[in-house]
Amino acid sequence: MSDDYQALGLIAGIEIHQQLNTKEKLFCRCPTTIRETEDSTGEFFRYLRATKSEMGELDRAAEEEMMQVRQFRYLTYDTTCLVENDEEPPAPLNNEALDIVLTIAKVCGMTPVPEIHTMRKLVIDGSNTSGFQRTALVAMNGTLPGGAEIETVCLEEEAAQRIEDTFFSLDRLGIPLIEITTSPCMHTPEAVQETAAQIGMILRSTGRVKRGLGTIRQDINISIREGARVEIKGVQELDLIAEVVRREVQRQVALLEIREELKRRGASIEKTPVDVTALFAECGSRVLKKAPMILGIKLNGFAGLVGREIQPGRRLGSEMSDYAKKCGVGGLFHTDELPAYGVTEEEVAKLKAALSAEEQDCVIIVADKPQRCQCAMKQIIRRAEMAFEGVAKETRKMLEGGSTAYMRPLPGAARMYPETDVFQVRVTRERFEALEVPEMIDDTISRYLKDYGLTKEVARQMAYSERRSAFEEAIAAGIKPALAERAFNSTLRELSREGAQVSRIDDEDIGKILQSIQSGDVAKEALSPILKALSEGKSPDEACAIAAPKVSEDELAAIIRRIVTERSDFIKERGNAATGPVMGIVMKEVRGSVDGKIVNQILREAISQVLNTP
Amino acid sequence: MNEKLETGDIVRCTLKGCTCEGTYIATREGMATVKLTSGYNIGVPQDALTKTGSSEMAEPQITEIRQKSDLPLISIVSTGGTIASKIDYRTGAVTSQFRASDILNAIPGLATIAQFRAVQLCNILSENMTPAIWQQLARAIHDEIKAGAQGIIVTHGTDTMAYSAAAVSFMLKTPVPVVFVGSQRSADRPSSDNVMNGMCAAGAALSTLGEVVVVMHGSTSDDFCAIHRGTRVRKMHTSRRDAFQTIGTETLGTVSYPALEVTLNSGAVRRGATELFLKEKLEEKCGIVWYYPGMSPDTLSAWNGYKGIILAGTGLGHSGTDFIARIKEMHAAGTVFVMTSQCLNGRVCDRVYDTGRDLLGAGVIEGEDMLPEVALVKLMWVLGNSKNPDEARELMKQDLAGEMTRRSRV
Repeated sequence: MSDDYQALGLIAGIEIHQQLNTKEKLFCRCPTTIRETEDSTGEFFRYLRATKSEMGELDRAAEEEMMQVRQFRYLTYDTTCLVENDEEPPAPLNNEALDIVLTIAKVCGMTPVPEIHTMRKLVIDGSNTSGFQRTALVAMNGTLPGGAEIETVCLEEEAAQRIEDTFFSLDRLGIPLIEITTSPCMHTPEAVQETAAQIGMILRSTGRVKRGLGTIRQDINISIREGARVEIKGVQELDLIAEVVRREVQRQVALLEIREELKRRGASIEKTPVDVTALFAECGSRVLKKAPMILGIKLNGFAGLVGREIQPGRRLGSEMSDYAKKCGVGGLFHTDELPAYGVTEEEVAKLKAALSAEEQDCVIIVADKPQRCQCAMKQIIRRAEMAFEGVAKETRKMLEGGSTAYMRPLPGAARMYPETDVFQVRVTRERFEALEVPEMIDDTISRYLKDYGLTKEVARQMAYSERRSAFEEAIAAGIKPALAERAFNSTLRELSREGAQVSRIDDEDIGKILQSIQSGDVAKEALSPILKALSEGKSPDEACAIAAPKVSEDELAAIIRRIVTERSDFIKERGNAATGPVMGIVMKEVRGSVDGKIVNQILREAISQVLNTP
Repeated sequence: MNEKLETGDIVRCTLKGCTCEGTYIATREGMATVKLTSGYNIGVPQDALTKTGSSEMAEPQITEIRQKSDLPLISIVSTGGTIASKIDYRTGAVTSQFRASDILNAIPGLATIAQFRAVQLCNILSENMTPAIWQQLARAIHDEIKAGAQGIIVTHGTDTMAYSAAAVSFMLKTPVPVVFVGSQRSADRPSSDNVMNGMCAAGAALSTLGEVVVVMHGSTSDDFCAIHRGTRVRKMHTSRRDAFQTIGTETLGTVSYPALEVTLNSGAVRRGATELFLKEKLEEKCGIVWYYPGMSPDTLSAWNGYKGIILAGTGLGHSGTDFIARIKEMHAAGTVFVMTSQCLNGRVCDRVYDTGRDLLGAGVIEGEDMLPEVALVKLMWVLGNSKNPDEARELMKQDLAGEMTRRSRV
């Protein structure tokens, strides 16, 4: 496969979804807290059904979800309410969330929408109890510093978390989500990844977004010349983005090659599936032997192509299988991969004979209840027909490693209609102008390098840290930058590596410790043990008392006198060079509760006394 | 923007910093709603729009659902609830639909269990319902039963559905099920309760039941609908699916979903047990007075000339003692007073405290365990159909349509 993406006509754009760290959800007053499922307070179930649009047509994506009538189960919590249950009209749009989105729009130089309208976007995969996701277009037309164009910024509600298949947890439903959509302006896998990184940086710069796995998701839109637009959902790791793009290009190129090969071979598809249940009555495959029905279809001229790899771990057969699974079947078998899975060569021969399949043909079978088999066959035939077109417009989901599987057709614009229960919000010029633009993290890093003398890696860590503002406040209060950085970053990282629960430590407590060090009450050597004590749930005073018990000047003088007297021979032998080793012994004894400078000063005096005494 | 814009016009929208294309929808308070090609609506000042074309309106496709003539006939009498609705994704308008074919399209399962005839009585929000429409409704149901319907479904907004169900219960004696149904979540949404409620209502309308009932969600899940007697049911929540509750007695039964298995309690009146009979007269000059601490007796004067008043009293059935003299005067002038309780649950007893005894002395009738709104509707019907206040008072003490029980069961 060629890596010349320009020659292939690669066009890509991204959509980034990031959860906002607001006090309340977007359309109700519940907190935006993620819960453990064992804390759930109850459960209910519902059915969702697609509603017909004006034209009497179901949206194609919605219709596909409806192929199986599915029951969805939901877990409730003491942090969810009737709005998540779809049993109370939504509260007005959360202004805190809107301000965050407007701020990001301002950073990107976008035009705010004069009056924001909340829409209902049909989603009937169960992830929204209502059957739609509320979403509002907030601003349009911006540019990133790197040159990528931002088309739109939307404010949406987060979907419920899928626990498994049709089982959802309502804690996440309704958390505000910003959706940033770039134009299809990128032409290499690397450019896509860089743009995603840059948007991530802008989001983090606000200090108002949620952190951690799952709080940010990237959707990637990709097409190549003669291919088709494919949307890949839910890429969570930034580092995988370029790989996902490469593999999708690979897939589209392979599908176009298959298309050409099919044309060359004059391939075609039989119209009617054949019942071959009887052929497998004694089959070694349990699935086939026990199946109430097995249907087969002959794909003329497809031999070798159904089994051809189009992406690591994916074949044309995998694509057909994805389509068939929408009917509830577990998968399919095709003759490119048979005999295998307990199916013998003889059974394959019988199967081919039953469908009059020749060497150059491929036969696909599905096994399940009759209704599911018939539905799956329709889907397989549909997908096989698409092979003559090359690439289908699809929504796909990412698999581990960066390959993808089919999810549903690309949705059309017909899926949106107004959320009449939410008032429109006018964005006045005053409101937009009053929004403060935060410092971009890239600029923060430069400032830390220049003003605080931090090294590049440490400056980066500090700038991305949640403790960034506490760090800056400490410096403003007179703490030396290097010490503040150690307290808010390096030492915490070290302790964390050793297994300490550093997330339990309050920024405010760290500030207090820094003040004590600054005033000389606590030696800076005691910083690490004190922070460790804080991570164990101790108060700042307790932590200081344990890690650095108070030693008065008199006590210190007495300790030094004793140690110097005990080691007077050693001191006389080494002279002033003894200061270092003796200092170590004293510091160990006072356990960091006294500043090393003070110890050093008193110790030097004591040593010179010993040396001056004959 | 110079020329007048019409819904559906293609417009270009010029804002500071960007332009975009979309479809014009409407203008409200100077802000025009534009639907962008992405499907999103935005509001922009109308003078930012320039018309660039007109959209071609595609003909809506109407799928006629073929009804099976060998299935039992159910009549759907519609009063304006949104059991079926259509969304125009172009404009976002949601419109209620009333033709049988629309309802069968919205709830495709219906056509497999019965054949339907649709009667559109009116198209109103249920808060605009009136006693006059109750009468038309009872008449329409009567006529449908007479014409051979084996069950009736009345689609109704939920706000005042319990009043209408109670009114029809008094006006109409029915040999077949008369099932009131509505939905708490609008029919446009995939999660609407309209389909399940509609299917369960049809299940109840085909069952062996023979009285006026309300069939609505029995829990927050899509598992079953409860069958409530029309004179014992009340909307007890503003928005929950299971807002309708039978108060003070058991529900009549359940309809499981999706199996539509109807289970009836022994107390439910059965199909054919009652002869069809309509008595639709109502005395509309009746009202409810909801007593509150410190309420002035003068407020009662506003009801002068009213033939009947339901008092929603405190606790066992009380008003302040300074109401007694005024009640006595109005009673003497011919107004019928019936006491119910704000507690909703439990029986009125004005024989425990002096105030109660004095209220009885002033002519107030104990409304037993009747719900205040049901007592109001009953009083309208009783006064409309009795020769004098004394006869009316007697009838108010009797159970006419399952609205009061003789015993308060534990």
